[in-house]
Amino acid sequence: MGKAINVSLIGNPNTGKTSLFNRLTGLNQKVGNYPGITVEKKEGLCKLSRTLKAHILDLPGTYSLNTSSLDESVVVETLLNRNSKDFPDVAVVVSDIENLKRNLLLFTQIKDLEIPTILVINMADRMERKGISLDIKAMESQLQATVVLVSARKNIGIENLKDAIANYHQLNTTPCVNASSIDPVYFEKLKSTYPKQQIYKLWLVITQDVNFGKLDRNRDLEDLKKNSFKIKSEDDLKRMQHKETVVRYQFINNLLKNVLTVNAAEATDLRTRLDRILIHKVWGYLVFFAILLLIFQAIYDWSSLPMEWIDSAFAKASTLVQNSLPAGPLTDLLSQGIIPGLGGIVIFIPQIAILFLFIALLEESGYMSRVVFLMDHIMKKFGLSGKSVVPLVSGTACAIPAVMATRNIEDWKERLITILVVPFTTCSARLPVYLIIIALVIPDQRILGGLFNMQGLTLMLLYMLGFGAAIFSAWVLNKILPIKRKAFFVMEMPAYKLPMFKNVAITVIEKTKSFVLGAGKIIMAISVILWILASYGYGEQFTNAEKIVTEASINDNLTSSELSQKIASHKLEHSFIGYVGKAIEPAVRPLGYDWKIGIAIVSSFAAREVFVGTLATIYSVESDDGEEETIKNRMRAEVNPILGTPLFNFASGISLLLFYAFAMQCMSTLAIVKRETNSWKWPAIQFSFMTVIAYFSALAAYQILNNL
Amino acid sequence: MDFTIAQLKRGEKAIIKQFSENDVPLKLLEMGCLPGNSVEMIQSAPFQDPIYLNVNGTHLAIRRETAEKIIVERYG
Repeated sequence: MGKAINVSLIGNPNTGKTSLFNRLTGLNQKVGNYPGITVEKKEGLCKLSRTLKAHILDLPGTYSLNTSSLDESVVVETLLNRNSKDFPDVAVVVSDIENLKRNLLLFTQIKDLEIPTILVINMADRMERKGISLDIKAMESQLQATVVLVSARKNIGIENLKDAIANYHQLNTTPCVNASSIDPVYFEKLKSTYPKQQIYKLWLVITQDVNFGKLDRNRDLEDLKKNSFKIKSEDDLKRMQHKETVVRYQFINNLLKNVLTVNAAEATDLRTRLDRILIHKVWGYLVFFAILLLIFQAIYDWSSLPMEWIDSAFAKASTLVQNSLPAGPLTDLLSQGIIPGLGGIVIFIPQIAILFLFIALLEESGYMSRVVFLMDHIMKKFGLSGKSVVPLVSGTACAIPAVMATRNIEDWKERLITILVVPFTTCSARLPVYLIIIALVIPDQRILGGLFNMQGLTLMLLYMLGFGAAIFSAWVLNKILPIKRKAFFVMEMPAYKLPMFKNVAITVIEKTKSFVLGAGKIIMAISVILWILASYGYGEQFTNAEKIVTEASINDNLTSSELSQKIASHKLEHSFIGYVGKAIEPAVRPLGYDWKIGIAIVSSFAAREVFVGTLATIYSVESDDGEEETIKNRMRAEVNPILGTPLFNFASGISLLLFYAFAMQCMSTLAIVKRETNSWKWPAIQFSFMTVIAYFSALAAYQILNNL
Repeated sequence: MDFTIAQLKRGEKAIIKQFSENDVPLKLLEMGCLPGNSVEMIQSAPFQDPIYLNVNGTHLAIRRETAEKIIVERYG
């Protein structure tokens, strides 16, 4: 094991930075969070030579070092804090050939920090097709930096980049733009006050709200932060930042005038042709709608088979454990608590993977920005931004990343409303609930000439209901929230790209894994607690259940299995969970549920996907005879204790679907909303209005449908 | 009356002159939307908003209300 150096990958969004990261590290990477914040941290190892390794950090995409979001401030903090373990020995700035001008802005800023810097120009394989030629030698000498041409997609130039990184001690660290020129007097004063500090670093600390105190122990800088170097007003500093950007662009435009030539004849490219259709005023919307339809049909159709396998495999495993291990509470816990609980989460994997697959494809291809462009005007009417479409669509996977994806919405009011309404979109945790209820109450028939499956269509309707609820509540919130809009909207329209298999695969695997592990922990814990509560009780009715039931049904001529079923039900009713359930029952009965569903609803306030697992645990405690049964069949057999009809009928099914569509049942989302809005006020408001809507719409649905 | 980006027709090109307001978001400048740079109107979204531009080689979308604050001079 040789030495490892720190390499930071930095670049604008859509430059292929992540593709390059995947090329350098392969599957040798891990995704975590920066301590204390929810920004994703991607790191990995890369072997540079026999003796040298690189620890590579893929920093969040940013357009400059002038931070305006949490993600961007991570970049600045990493680059400014020499004491951090992530501080780079080499900064690799990733740019792409088509947006070189804009990409160089960030490069010149990083170069001015006097960190050894390499400029990578990605997508070099496209140069010829685009009629672009570049004088690398001249560029290197004017930037005083090493420039490497690569194509992460075609795996070209990666070895050259590794060599350049390995020779990091030879990199030139001279700044290329003199930022001091925007106000020489001011910068001179700064320099004489803090002679030991790097001048551009001081400037960045002054102009940005970086959490310096926490990270950098350097006394000079803390002192600087405290006094804010109060010579200039905030307006003056802003003007200076504008001036700095202008100066940098002057430098860049001059540089590229000499080294870059573009043959404009190659203009009718893929972008123009695809844009003509994808953002057309009619075709654009039709294509978007068709894609959504495809996604939802796929989630339903492609996943049903593997889901059945998983379901029956877990039912078999339960029986196997029950029959082969010695009888006792531990075996029961395993076969009735842990295995059904685990099954309740593993069963999601096919759908979640399909959903993440589509979202990754939409993002990677550049199509998502076109959707934002198409939708902005409509969304604005509801107090949202076109950029709210991305959270609303990715909210179909999970509200947590969706809430974080609101960070690039510039206007606070639009962002807040997006955060508040995103949990209405149908996240993957609702899927198992929907799927199982739909399977029970909606007939499995094909309609419209066999084109659509009615169950699939119901699912699509539920998704639309979720979006509808989100949009409608956004409109209401926009009317009632007393916040002034300070709207401005700017978005890059990236080039279209064929998604790279490797990138998509890594995203799908990583996201599915972290989702299953995260949700899995909660589900396991809740399953175990539920099993204990359902298996133990107190009092005469529980401990003497066998005697009481046997005596009561002495004249009923029951077979022994019917009798033991009856005993188990009686025990469950008088277990701890039975008492809790009975206490809840009055509240849920008007919605068409019994106390077991009541328990499932209450436990799914921790996380929705717990619903199926909870019912599975309760039912398998109840069926003590070790017979192998799937959850679905158990639910179908449940009887409404009052009406004597099947418990899961059309009315109660629709009522449950509506409840899950609207209710805010996810502690993790509430925690994220608290973090992103910086107060408990917003999650509390969100929780209340969503739950109230859920309860009353479920109530109305059941009462109307049941009395038809 | 100043001529702004919002008034450009599809395919028209111009040079950015100045901003009609002082409080221009820094992000816009960072994306290359600053005086002296070229801008080409590519197309408007349905309902004429937002608009799709090529500014200094970068493809951007901005809202009409922002475009109305950027004064330009047509050429070509």
